[in-house]
Amino acid sequence: MPELLNVEGLRVRFRTAGLVKSLVKSLTDPHIDAVMQVSFTLNEGETYGLVGESGSGKTTLGRAIIGLVEMAEGSITFDGTELRGLDDARLRVIRRNVAMMFQDPVASLSPRKTVRNLITEPFRIHRIPGSESSRDARRLLNLVGLHEGFLGAYPHQLSGGQARRVGVARALALEPRLIIADEPTAGLDVSVQGEILNLMNRLQRELGLSYLIITHNLPVVRHVSDRLAIMYLGRFVETGDTDGIFASPAHPYTLGLLAAVPEPDPDKRREKLELEGEIPSLMNRPQGCEFHTRCPFVREKCLSEAPVLRTVAPGRMASCHFPFPNPAEAGTSGPGG
Amino acid sequence: MNDRDNTVLAVRDLSVDFLTGRGTVRALRHVDLTVPDNRVVGIVGESGCGKSTLINCVLRLLAANAVVADSSSVVFKGRDVLAMSPADLRGIRGKEISMVFQDPMTALNPVISIGTQMTDILYRLDMSMADKRRLATDMLGQVGIPDPARRLADYPHQFSGGMRQRICIAMALMMNPGLLIADEPTTALDVTLEAQIIHLMKDLCARFGCSMLFVSHNLGLIAELCDEVVVMYAGEVVEQGEVHDLFHRAQHPYTRMLLDCDPARIEEKRRDLPTISGSVPDLIDLPRGCIFAPRCPQRYAPCSDTAPATYDVNAVHQARCFKVRDA
Repeated sequence: MPELLNVEGLRVRFRTAGLVKSLVKSLTDPHIDAVMQVSFTLNEGETYGLVGESGSGKTTLGRAIIGLVEMAEGSITFDGTELRGLDDARLRVIRRNVAMMFQDPVASLSPRKTVRNLITEPFRIHRIPGSESSRDARRLLNLVGLHEGFLGAYPHQLSGGQARRVGVARALALEPRLIIADEPTAGLDVSVQGEILNLMNRLQRELGLSYLIITHNLPVVRHVSDRLAIMYLGRFVETGDTDGIFASPAHPYTLGLLAAVPEPDPDKRREKLELEGEIPSLMNRPQGCEFHTRCPFVREKCLSEAPVLRTVAPGRMASCHFPFPNPAEAGTSGPGG
Repeated sequence: MNDRDNTVLAVRDLSVDFLTGRGTVRALRHVDLTVPDNRVVGIVGESGCGKSTLINCVLRLLAANAVVADSSSVVFKGRDVLAMSPADLRGIRGKEISMVFQDPMTALNPVISIGTQMTDILYRLDMSMADKRRLATDMLGQVGIPDPARRLADYPHQFSGGMRQRICIAMALMMNPGLLIADEPTTALDVTLEAQIIHLMKDLCARFGCSMLFVSHNLGLIAELCDEVVVMYAGEVVEQGEVHDLFHRAQHPYTRMLLDCDPARIEEKRRDLPTISGSVPDLIDLPRGCIFAPRCPQRYAPCSDTAPATYDVNAVHQARCFKVRDA
């Protein structure tokens, strides 16, 4: 599969305090790094999952790829073109190829626009000439399985699942090659969740789309993604092929995340929890391994020395001094993240 | 099901309508539910199934356009909540029955310190402020807030989401209630925190001898936490039973399909996930027969014309489905 997106050493910084506040509070560095040292490749037709808890930087990473937040370091290459330093006119052309499905299906649609307006807005923004918008609107609605009667509806008249479908239609309008889907099923009932995922899957088959799916829903990502990256405090802590990671995680955080998902079977109740405590603040990153404050397997070395993301098995990378052995057996397909 | 002495809450034949401009929304119809002493009962169902209306009815928090049918009763420790005076209700809310809400960000007052909010709810107790603060400190410690005495002076924004939900749980249990109602208490939390909160609630309820009514759409949490499960669909209880029975021997087609849809229950990785085709019926214009018949793949002769009653699968398991009667 040819490479579509390549991210190399990406870092995103946010300023947390202005000049005055940082002087008064004598902050040496009034910045936080929301994303740090992130590198990965997404291939044509592939689905890549970004998994992490709130504050792990997964949404920021998605937004950096589409250019909604500025990158501080690193490079993002889309289909061979480096996006960093590109002028607006050329960035606009690239952006046609990368669409975003935002997190909250209803809030991401303007309440004062009709569905017809919402799904043809991308044509106007990109000044696509000659597009006959009402025909396009009908075609897009058909594509996402909504009746044409919805063309005149406003967002508040839609259910969560219908609003999601409108979000998908909007993302598809300019025939992108990559869709970044931020929590595509959050807030949906389990039966509707399946419908949206099946729709995304069908469109991928029919249109050859690639997806970057940002989610904290592990049971979902297991079924829909080919490869996976687990994020913690803005960094990738484990990457690899989805089946392999679920079968035998290498990083203790991945293990903890997987163990935290309750199994819908009363015979499999958990006696004890893998992970205690909460994610540390980005303002105050722990020394050494950043996960050591919550790691049940912490050792002396972890307190002082930061591990680097390294290959621990074919196609599998983890940033842990003491990764769990044998992640290789299940994870042999696909190139490493 | 008879109302035994060891029953905390008995809901019988509860029907609630909402009068709207579009017509009468029949939000709950003939709901029966029992919460025994020291048990955790889960209510599971998708949006619009009536689970929130049901718990709001237990605390009499329904909107002004709600009409509760005359035949309904909600008996809490021998007294009918539906027949209570406003003064009696105040004696129950927050003291005998307390609630943990979905969103810990909005459940706490942002401009009042945690200590003041926690001691405020002890207004019924004849005890000095110093003692109330000691009680609050002790409760914060029990829900796992480090350094609780110092943190009483802090405001909600100084706590993380998980810590705020712990505070809400502490406040809910401070008056030692007989029943704790938890309405999707972990949907706003990350998965590792969710697991912590669920275990905390289970431990505390056991320690305080408190029964729990736990509302969720997450089947994993229901399986993890509950002793008994009530499955709701479009305003009706379609199936209820002991948790192992319900998860392993579900009888109602809706329950089975709901279980099948959960990606966490699908062992083999698959791209095409199961769904329940069709949509929830309009509660203003209900189908004539079984409420689930229009979407049910197993419907047969009686289903479209007659509404099924609730039939016993066994002593601890009932379902509202003709298949159970005819089995």
